[in-house]
Amino acid sequence: MTTEELFQVITELEPSAKQSEKTSDRPTVEVPPEALVALMQKLRDDPRLSFNMLLAHTAVDWLEERLFEMVYQLYSPQNQQYLAVLVYVPRNNPVVPTISSIWRIAEFQEREVYDLLGVLYDEHPDLRRLFLEDDWTGFPLRKSYQDDFILERPK
Amino acid sequence: MSVNITTLDERTRVTSEADSALDTEEYFVNMGPQHPATHGVLRMVLKLDGETIKEVIPVLGYIHRSIEKICEHSTYRQIVHLTDRMDYLSSIMNNWAVSLTVEKAANIELTERIEYIRTIVAELERIHSHQVAWGVMGMDLGAFTPFLYGFRDRELVTDILEETIGARLTMNYIQPGGVMFDIHPNFVKKVKEYIAYFRPKLDEYEDLMSGNPIIQQRLRDVGTMDGETALSYGATGPVLRASRVPYDLRKIEPYGVYGKADFNVAIGTAGDCWDRYYVRIEEMRQSIRIIEQLIDNIPEGKFMVKKPAVKIKVPEGRYYGHVETARGVLGVFIVSQGKDIPYRMYFRTPNFHNLWCTTAIAPGGRIGDLVAITASLDLVIPDIDR
Repeated sequence: MTTEELFQVITELEPSAKQSEKTSDRPTVEVPPEALVALMQKLRDDPRLSFNMLLAHTAVDWLEERLFEMVYQLYSPQNQQYLAVLVYVPRNNPVVPTISSIWRIAEFQEREVYDLLGVLYDEHPDLRRLFLEDDWTGFPLRKSYQDDFILERPK
Repeated sequence: MSVNITTLDERTRVTSEADSALDTEEYFVNMGPQHPATHGVLRMVLKLDGETIKEVIPVLGYIHRSIEKICEHSTYRQIVHLTDRMDYLSSIMNNWAVSLTVEKAANIELTERIEYIRTIVAELERIHSHQVAWGVMGMDLGAFTPFLYGFRDRELVTDILEETIGARLTMNYIQPGGVMFDIHPNFVKKVKEYIAYFRPKLDEYEDLMSGNPIIQQRLRDVGTMDGETALSYGATGPVLRASRVPYDLRKIEPYGVYGKADFNVAIGTAGDCWDRYYVRIEEMRQSIRIIEQLIDNIPEGKFMVKKPAVKIKVPEGRYYGHVETARGVLGVFIVSQGKDIPYRMYFRTPNFHNLWCTTAIAPGGRIGDLVAITASLDLVIPDIDR
């Protein structure tokens, strides 16, 4: 399946999913948060696509744009096809729906993102800190994070 | 909308009380962070009924060093030196993952010699990593001899690598644009000697452990995981392949010179601990085959494409690259703004993903089975925590 065919199938399945204009070395689509779960479910279950591996999930803190970019890296062993799905949420109210009902590993990847970047996952079965203690304040991977131990990069 | 943030305290409360004097009561037991069978500082809170596991709750963070945050202040050549502190038994392959992604993004062309050296060194490391996995598995199951056998043979691999690289554990060798040093003049000869030495030793491994009835009973039909569950839990490497999914990056999208080598992907049939154990034995055989095919054909050329640049600039964009380490897929995700340091760096580590399989396959078994399961997953804890 070529990249054009892939985007064609995806827009057919979920009209709100758009091909991303961001520079990326993998085929990338952007989708609004409310359509994420529906899109992901179809990406996994549609026999033409069958993206049944969620290779990685993380987030990027765009401080100046005041956005969190949620990144989902998918792989389809059947078609040997990669796909990155991007979701943008505002930095002051970062809530995305959980996809842990589709891929079990998402539950733990999402806990990592919550722990380090403070993104909240709607309907998550067990949202709690993963690496840090439960009473830690702040989210260390945010660009604005400050604490007593942080060092400046030498110029 | 319902966002409910919980704590470990809430998760580990006893919910069911004993109804009668004959009924059993649920209780929690801590396994780790200081426990010999967790191979490091992994803590698992076990919800038990008698000796039967009801639930496994892994608690992480005891060796978290925030490598991803340090990366945001480091040049790509500095980042390479952090990666071998993640999965220390796949250190060279971790170097390779970062180098591969940076080279692809910055369009750095490599010589054939570099690709050959990288592939051979990575396969040597895969052998020594599986030797440790094999030996430590024996020790976890109560047999001390395999541990000594595994380490005896592993020492010889590290001797060979030390001559070229200078380190025995956290080996920094591959870097963007090539490898740090040319191979030692003795390298080819010693590798051949080692292959000749190790091949019969591998049969000895099988005589010692594979046929042992205790090992068979501890591993067969324990921790069975089907392919669909393994994919859903993001498992990769020998763990996924043991569940009959032939996903091996060396085969499906060959990097280095894996495309030129003839080798088979070992897969299991049942997906139990035994299959995960045996897939590793078979992978050592295949690694020997790969090395044998490549070792005589290392072409002449540069080991570093140009004078090492301290500051490699990666063009703006998002880049994802990955390699098959001894434990699975190590993915590197770089978000660059065109500078010499990344804006955001994310490591998709194999052990982090493989770990969660315990929450699926351990419930219903005994505590002893959990020890066999963690041994068969071959977890390296610094790679989970990063």
